[in-house]
Amino acid sequence: MTVTASPEAAVRGPGQLAVDLAGVVKRFGAVTAVDDISLRIRPGEVVALLGPNGAGKTSTIDMLLGLSAPTHGTVRVYGRPPQEAVALGLVSAVLQTGGLLKDYTVEETVRLTAVLFGRGRDDVGRALRRAGIADIGSRLVGKCSGGQQQRLRFAMALLPDPELLILDEPTTGMDVGGRHDFWSAIREDARGGRTVIFATHYLEEADAYADRVVFVRRGRVVADGTAAEVKALASGRTVRATLPGADEAALRGLPGVESVEVRGDSVYVHARDTDQVARYLLSETAARDLEITSRNLEQAFLALTGDETVVGSAR
Amino acid sequence: MSMPVTRNLPRFGGFTFAMIGLELRRMVRNKRTVIFTVVLPAAFFLLFGTNAAARTERVGGGNVTGLILVSMAVYGAMLSTTSGGAMVSIERAAGWSRQLRLTPLRPAAYIAVKLVLAMVIGAVSVLVAFAVGAVSGAQLPASAWVACGLLAWVCALVFAAFGLFMGYLLPSENVMQILGPVLAVLAFAGGLFVPLDQMGHTFATIAQFTPVYGVGEIARYPLTRDGNLWVAALNVVVWTALFAAGAMWRFRRDTARV
Repeated sequence: MTVTASPEAAVRGPGQLAVDLAGVVKRFGAVTAVDDISLRIRPGEVVALLGPNGAGKTSTIDMLLGLSAPTHGTVRVYGRPPQEAVALGLVSAVLQTGGLLKDYTVEETVRLTAVLFGRGRDDVGRALRRAGIADIGSRLVGKCSGGQQQRLRFAMALLPDPELLILDEPTTGMDVGGRHDFWSAIREDARGGRTVIFATHYLEEADAYADRVVFVRRGRVVADGTAAEVKALASGRTVRATLPGADEAALRGLPGVESVEVRGDSVYVHARDTDQVARYLLSETAARDLEITSRNLEQAFLALTGDETVVGSAR
Repeated sequence: MSMPVTRNLPRFGGFTFAMIGLELRRMVRNKRTVIFTVVLPAAFFLLFGTNAAARTERVGGGNVTGLILVSMAVYGAMLSTTSGGAMVSIERAAGWSRQLRLTPLRPAAYIAVKLVLAMVIGAVSVLVAFAVGAVSGAQLPASAWVACGLLAWVCALVFAAFGLFMGYLLPSENVMQILGPVLAVLAFAGGLFVPLDQMGHTFATIAQFTPVYGVGEIARYPLTRDGNLWVAALNVVVWTALFAAGAMWRFRRDTARV
């Protein structure tokens, strides 16, 4: 199952790519964490890297940030080697955990980041405000909640005013309210045209906040498409009916039918227009006990990332 | 974002006094560090160095209280510089070093900041000990106040290197809980707490090879004018080289992941 966006159609002018991963492989000893990923991200895109734990999302992000080097392939961020892009403040990141010192106050932590990037006090205040933590500037980091610490990481990431912001599972461990507030802040910020890449295993986050969703599984890109396409993928419903000796080919031939599965006397038809399938089953066949269930994003996700699926790369 | 931003790399790999200032502020906030580096050596001095016998017995141009003061200043300086260097351990454990790699700060500039910090708190430790000593009966010739203090401080660079080495070697968040006792044993073995000539010949011979010996001998020399300066200097140079090499080795391993 594959979703494909039309990459060429959306290219805006001759602008430089924000991210260009070409044939990237990352191995740790015998383990291949990233297995030949090629990915091009244009400036201004908000991209979700979606996949289960261990899919290679964090390894990919580490290479984008110059925290590790690919075993094979090349990584370019705004046309530069990642470490250079990081040092220039073109790219910054909110990493999963850690990365803060308990003995600093919130404001001092951001001020230190400003000092390192050669920025002034104005930038400190702006980053604190944008991250929504200006009111707790004098609080010690060790006394901040998980959500506040995550906002602090966000403020630090905003400080160099990066072209590309990378978020690695940014809302892990946050409650629903904290998650909502955090995404509101990110969304507000992305309105200015910043490129954003975020890794997540929350489907609803990918769906709600990304223009483009890149599914990763076992170090490979399984699917790559717009959020709308992901929704379409998940929009279908399943009709289950008891129908001994079902004619699979005939069912598959119905308009909008995506898949047909026969298990014993039961038949499962997955389709966009399940009403039409139901009408057909009841009027043209001996089917009975009809049930119609909707397929949610979770199932779409499992279908894409599960082991039983035959995988085809989109790009 | 909307306006094009000029982006430049910072000078000196990101080494700034503003960073040192912030780091100092953080260090002072840590009560354990303050107690270890400033209070403890001064308290030891008051406890062991200010009895009547020590005040009256003469050494060089001063008294034994002054001699013990210099030893305690050395002890304070080595505690301070070690904990300054060992800060990298806490920062690595907290993931802060990784966070810093998302900034223009070069690893060498980071090390330089840590060394400067270690030496600054080392200086504070020596100054506090000397101030306490001055009002508590320690007598040294004027030149020795300056020379002993400077030497205690400068030679403590050995322990800044030691702290860095241990900071990269030990991944513990409470690295000073390990290093505190280690330093106490080294200080004892190096003759800071008890004069080596009271410890017997074998012990005194072994002591010359331990890393605190050289620093103590050199720092006390302006007062005592006694002992073999060459052996002491060799001791300091060799241990500094060893610890610095160790720190470099671990540091390279740490940054080689890129």
